[in-house]
Amino acid sequence: MASESMIHAEGLTKRYGDTVALDGVDLDVPAGSILGMLGPNGAGKTTAVRILTTLALPNEGHARVAGYDVVNQAALVRRNIGVTAQDATVDELLTGRQNLIMIGRLSGLGRLDAKRRADELLEEFELADAGGRVLKGYSGGMRRRLDLAAGLVTRPPVLFLDEPTTGLDPTSRVRMWDIIRQLVTSGVTLLLTTQYLDEADELADQIVVVDHGRVIADGTPADLKAKVGGARLEVTLNAPNDEAAIALRPLTDGDVHVSHDGRRLRAPVRSGVGLATSVVRTLDQAGITVDDVEVHQPSLDDVFFALTGHPSSETDEIEDVSSDHVQEVAR
Amino acid sequence: MTTIQLPTSAKIVTSVRPPGLWRRVSDVASLTYRNLVHIAREPLQLSDVTIQPILFTALFVYVFGAGITMPHGGSYAQYAIAGMLALNLTTSAMGTAVGLSNDLNGGIIDRFRSLPMWRPAVLVGRSMTDLLTALICTAFVAGTGLLVGWRPERGILYTLAGFAVFWLFSYALSWGCACLGIISKGPESAQGVGLVILFPLAIVSNALVPTAHMPAALRSFANWNPVSAVTAAARQLFGNPNPSMLVRAWPMQHPIEASLLWSLVLLVIFAPLASFLYRRRTTG
Repeated sequence: MASESMIHAEGLTKRYGDTVALDGVDLDVPAGSILGMLGPNGAGKTTAVRILTTLALPNEGHARVAGYDVVNQAALVRRNIGVTAQDATVDELLTGRQNLIMIGRLSGLGRLDAKRRADELLEEFELADAGGRVLKGYSGGMRRRLDLAAGLVTRPPVLFLDEPTTGLDPTSRVRMWDIIRQLVTSGVTLLLTTQYLDEADELADQIVVVDHGRVIADGTPADLKAKVGGARLEVTLNAPNDEAAIALRPLTDGDVHVSHDGRRLRAPVRSGVGLATSVVRTLDQAGITVDDVEVHQPSLDDVFFALTGHPSSETDEIEDVSSDHVQEVAR
Repeated sequence: MTTIQLPTSAKIVTSVRPPGLWRRVSDVASLTYRNLVHIAREPLQLSDVTIQPILFTALFVYVFGAGITMPHGGSYAQYAIAGMLALNLTTSAMGTAVGLSNDLNGGIIDRFRSLPMWRPAVLVGRSMTDLLTALICTAFVAGTGLLVGWRPERGILYTLAGFAVFWLFSYALSWGCACLGIISKGPESAQGVGLVILFPLAIVSNALVPTAHMPAALRSFANWNPVSAVTAAARQLFGNPNPSMLVRAWPMQHPIEASLLWSLVLLVIFAPLASFLYRRRTTG
């Protein structure tokens, strides 16, 4: 049971007119693990989630969720999944509590059970005080938490979170991560889509990178970062100093590049705890004054550049899809 | 943050029965309740079934009533209330189009669709909401009517029968509006198109003035307009003046039969059509 696949897709293809939104996607998520689906806007992440949650039908390929076919056994799939979609799928004009009760009732809970479950979830998601307020007055973070709670009303074994932190401020984002981690320690299987590499890195057991409807890379976060080349250190010195590059070398993961003016140093690093501190201390011991130290985590753009040789296309433009494909083939 | 207690009971559900009658009723009730909360929270929608009926009724009776002489005597208030019900109920049917279009263009419809609920409940809940708002609207028009001098003459049962003719028609019409809501791009266009269809339907009828002096083309439209049949049927059941009795067109000679027939025809056409359009719009 432990290694049984809770989400399994083969060759999922979805076309909207001439646009290919998904182009033969395979996925496999073992029970109790998190799959991070990483990709830019318009890569096909949402389309994949919509098919897996029975909201859209694939043109080709098939998928099973919790062991049931998403097309032929949609009703059974729906009984076993919780969904938090990208657009808020909660009711703006109801209170938080009314939303959860309604969803409970529509999921088949009795009136009392639905109320009890709503209060329980409001408590767990720190929305108890806001539960009686209409959603229009909720912050973005509160709304996302409610949306996530809405997906958990029936305690489903499989969860889909479509970009759960897009648009959230950093504090709400970290809080959402905490919640997601807690969910998974409890044995839920989770598919999470994101545009942020650090989010996938932070939460996922396995990552698939999608672009133009296709999986262009997959593996553990470590595999992926190995491909991308990890983090980058940037140090700005108070004055040029030839010793600096030599002093830094033991801390870096490759050669140290020095800028023309001799003040800026750049090198690949393996990011770890206290790296910036070590850099400052090392340079300080060598008698070098540091103005600035930055450790850059690789961004989604870096990943795309490393994997495809072109930056991620952030556009949703449908026309671009086909022309980019042509370019890729030409390359 | 307290620990999220999820998993112990997170078991795979291995069988599912199609929703039984009780589940269907309960799903429709949940959604109807939700729609009513919306109306209560949206001042504009609420005024459509509360303030507007009061205002229209009072204005028409006092402004038109002062200028219109009824054939064969009788007060305009006696004549007008059935027409006011027709006008208000016909235009308020737009609530279904606007509400449904709002739902379909927002994220909430995806939530509903990912739940193990009875799928047609979204549509049936809308139509039930419309029926309930029609009841509210009726109460406001009739209440205002009683204040300005309207009196049904044939007793409580006939009066209720008169209301019922309107409710059936209003319910049937809401399915037509559901189709409009599903095919329109957004709530604004649903409202715009709805107004263009429903307003002439309500006005080019015997609801506000007798049809006898309308230009020929408008007159025949008015005489065969379902709104006219419903209004004439209600006037007959209320025992109020009904000049349409003198019109030779079949629906005006048999308004009760005609109004029931019209309502059934609308239902038979639009209810299945709405389900079809809804399914087409929400799968793919």
